[in-house]
Amino acid sequence: MELFGLSLAFYLLGALASLAFAGRETANHLGPAGAVAGSLVGLAGLALTPASAVAQASLPWGLPLGSLALGLDPASRLFLLPVYAVGAAAAVAGSLALAGSEAAQAGPDRRGTHWFFFNILLAGLALVMAARDGVVFLIAWEVMSLAPFFLGSLHDDEAEVREAAWTYLVCAHLGAALVIAFFALAMGQAGATGFAALAEAARAGRLTMPSLLFFLAFFGFAAKIGLVPFHVWLPAIYPAAPGHVAALMSGGMINVGLYGLWRALEILPPPAAWQGWTIAGLGVASALLGILAALGQGNLKRLLAYSSVENMGLICLGLGLGLVGLACGNPAMAALGLGGALFHMLCHAGFKSLLFLCAAEVLTAVGSARIAHLGGLAKRMPAVGTLFLLAGAGIAGLPPLPGFIGELTMALAMLAGLDLPGLLPRTASAASLAALAAVGGFALAAFAKAGGLAFLGAPRTPAAAKAEAPSHAALLAPLFLAAGLVTAAALAPALLRFVGQAVLAFPGMDPAPARAALEQAAMAARTVGFFGAGIILLAGGLLWLRARAGAAHGRRREPTWGCGYTAPTARMQYGAASFVEPAAKLLAGPMGLTRRLDMDPGLFPKRATLFVVSRDAARDRLFTPLFEAVARLCDAAKVVQHGKVHLYILYVLATVVLLLAWKLS
Amino acid sequence: MAAIQSLLVALVVVNLAYLAVTRLKTLTRITALQGVLLAATPLAIAGPHGHGLILSLAVLAIKGIGFPWLVARTLSRLEVNPVVEPYFGFNMSLLAGVGGLLFSLWLESRLPFPPGLFPPLLFPAALTSIFSGLTLVVARRKALTQVIGYLAAENGIFLLGVPLAAQGSVWLELSVLLDVFVAVFVMGIALHHINKTFESIDVGRFCSLRD
Repeated sequence: MELFGLSLAFYLLGALASLAFAGRETANHLGPAGAVAGSLVGLAGLALTPASAVAQASLPWGLPLGSLALGLDPASRLFLLPVYAVGAAAAVAGSLALAGSEAAQAGPDRRGTHWFFFNILLAGLALVMAARDGVVFLIAWEVMSLAPFFLGSLHDDEAEVREAAWTYLVCAHLGAALVIAFFALAMGQAGATGFAALAEAARAGRLTMPSLLFFLAFFGFAAKIGLVPFHVWLPAIYPAAPGHVAALMSGGMINVGLYGLWRALEILPPPAAWQGWTIAGLGVASALLGILAALGQGNLKRLLAYSSVENMGLICLGLGLGLVGLACGNPAMAALGLGGALFHMLCHAGFKSLLFLCAAEVLTAVGSARIAHLGGLAKRMPAVGTLFLLAGAGIAGLPPLPGFIGELTMALAMLAGLDLPGLLPRTASAASLAALAAVGGFALAAFAKAGGLAFLGAPRTPAAAKAEAPSHAALLAPLFLAAGLVTAAALAPALLRFVGQAVLAFPGMDPAPARAALEQAAMAARTVGFFGAGIILLAGGLLWLRARAGAAHGRRREPTWGCGYTAPTARMQYGAASFVEPAAKLLAGPMGLTRRLDMDPGLFPKRATLFVVSRDAARDRLFTPLFEAVARLCDAAKVVQHGKVHLYILYVLATVVLLLAWKLS
Repeated sequence: MAAIQSLLVALVVVNLAYLAVTRLKTLTRITALQGVLLAATPLAIAGPHGHGLILSLAVLAIKGIGFPWLVARTLSRLEVNPVVEPYFGFNMSLLAGVGGLLFSLWLESRLPFPPGLFPPLLFPAALTSIFSGLTLVVARRKALTQVIGYLAAENGIFLLGVPLAAQGSVWLELSVLLDVFVAVFVMGIALHHINKTFESIDVGRFCSLRD
């Protein structure tokens, strides 16, 4: 707890220092230094305390409402881990990326405020996860929701960036409104603001309308998590934000929605099975639609954003299944579902932030994140290429990387769900298993597209051909994250036990069978690890033999996709459009794709162009019409704003008279 | 006691007169008359000595002489049509004023006042003054009439404060007077600017300022 406080202090110090030195190069050193110091101290705090420990602290609080109650328990520690790890990596990467670049540009140097909000975001995230009081939680939530708006709009001279930042702000506040409504209702009914008191009131049955509370919490936090159809801000803000900010948001920030949901579920009365199925259902929808949309994207960063929607969907699927297990008295399913979800959350945080940092390096080197402008980058920037492909394989759930362990644990929960009483739950469990498999397949295709088209093959543009590898220093942050992930893979069973502490602390969890189930999953993870290590050794050995054989006989390198033609060009390769064209034929609807083939007539057409355009259905068909209707309504209300001053005074007069008459009659 | 009652009745009549006159010059004179009547109220309530006397003299100087003179000066400098231009007719305005008087009488019967604080009829007279002033603001076209309406409304508020001033908050009243004095000054300047910008002091032209 002391180290937690110290890390908060470092964040605030970093924030203030970067403001104090705003406009100077120093701000670009002090701000990140505060973030890195705070994060490392926080990590040390996590490492030095046993995972199952529960700490509480209460500080003086000047407000008439609530109390400044903070605490750390297994769930808080688990969710803090990615915040600290990604926070440190993103700060280092951002400091290097912004060094000197802004100063060279014309216009004011905004790095001081940028690092101020970066530190504030980290402090807000940490505070949300330590809050043990509804009022403190909401204040921290608001701080944490506002900061990304300023972080994401660093390059606000571009119209697209401004629009993305506004989209984010609107979504964040629609979600926050529901979260505030949830806490206000619960706190009003319970007559207390502390989490423990709220949970106590829920157990005593004093929270009326628990279903309404559940929906308020679920939809409110789903907006932060980015579940379909509340995901529209993700594909907007991630491509617009600088790389290190996107890394922090995808790795540290969206998890806070899951954390909030987790806490809300702890506070609410024990979950009913339908609540679990609701979360799982929306999770499946998000996972499938998210990964299909990712497959259709032509922009590397937007593809990664949709992949986040998919992974958040998978996590919610596991969470929902865990709740079903809890409601149906199947502790093995409960522990495996919740454990798998949390484990996958950690993996997603690490892999996705690594991918965003790599994408940022690509953007710096080539000047574009559009796949049609990339190609063959693995030869020019091998370290970034290797890391990207590694992280892509991890996030697609390939064994023995830890992404597979989380999905395996969730699959075990679904297998346990096949034993549930009743036909419907069994069918639903089987369907989840099928969905998980399908999502895994599509994810592999999406990252084959992202990694393959960007890093393999031949360069599609002169800029890609001339791309320069980043300096060794710029690789520091990605390598730090990659090292963490490799460690996680090696220590997957231990990490699963760490996750298990949070699962076992969930109210209503039967510890003995839950622990046994998690132990079983850990054993499975170890087996996977051994097999994986064996396969890696085998593949490495074979590669070494091949390299030796090649060196002995002499080799000739041909262009990729040259296919033995005399004059191969880069245009012969698969492009972003042609890669997804077969899938687009089949799944154009759910992928939101429209394809158009322009071809000259005749048997030997001279010219042919394929367009595959991806649109977001939720944005185009749901939110845009909705907000346009609201805008029309607001315009209609403007008839009272006619500019006639004396009539405005008449409004005031009439209001006063009516109020007096109403109050006194 | 009879003196204060007669004063208050006179004030009510003056309030209604605001709404019936058609010349700006007459309107200015009515403002002066109301100022003089107001100056007499502290004397009628507290007697001609001490704080009441100071307040009375200050009101006479500011509301009885100062404001009407300022308004008359502005009027002569602006060189505008000397007729009051109404948005809706004088009869309707008068009807609204009578409605305000009735509403005030009803309100007096409903509001819980500390007994003995207000002499009878003072509260309705004050409130009618506020309503008449606001009616003037709402129903007249020229910005100058709006200034006079504002002054009438402020006079009503002042009248509400007189019985309290007798209990010792005379300095508060005086400071409020100073504020109003400054406000009228600013309004005079603003009127000049409005006249210069819009080439008229018709408030209907402010529509072009809306977004």
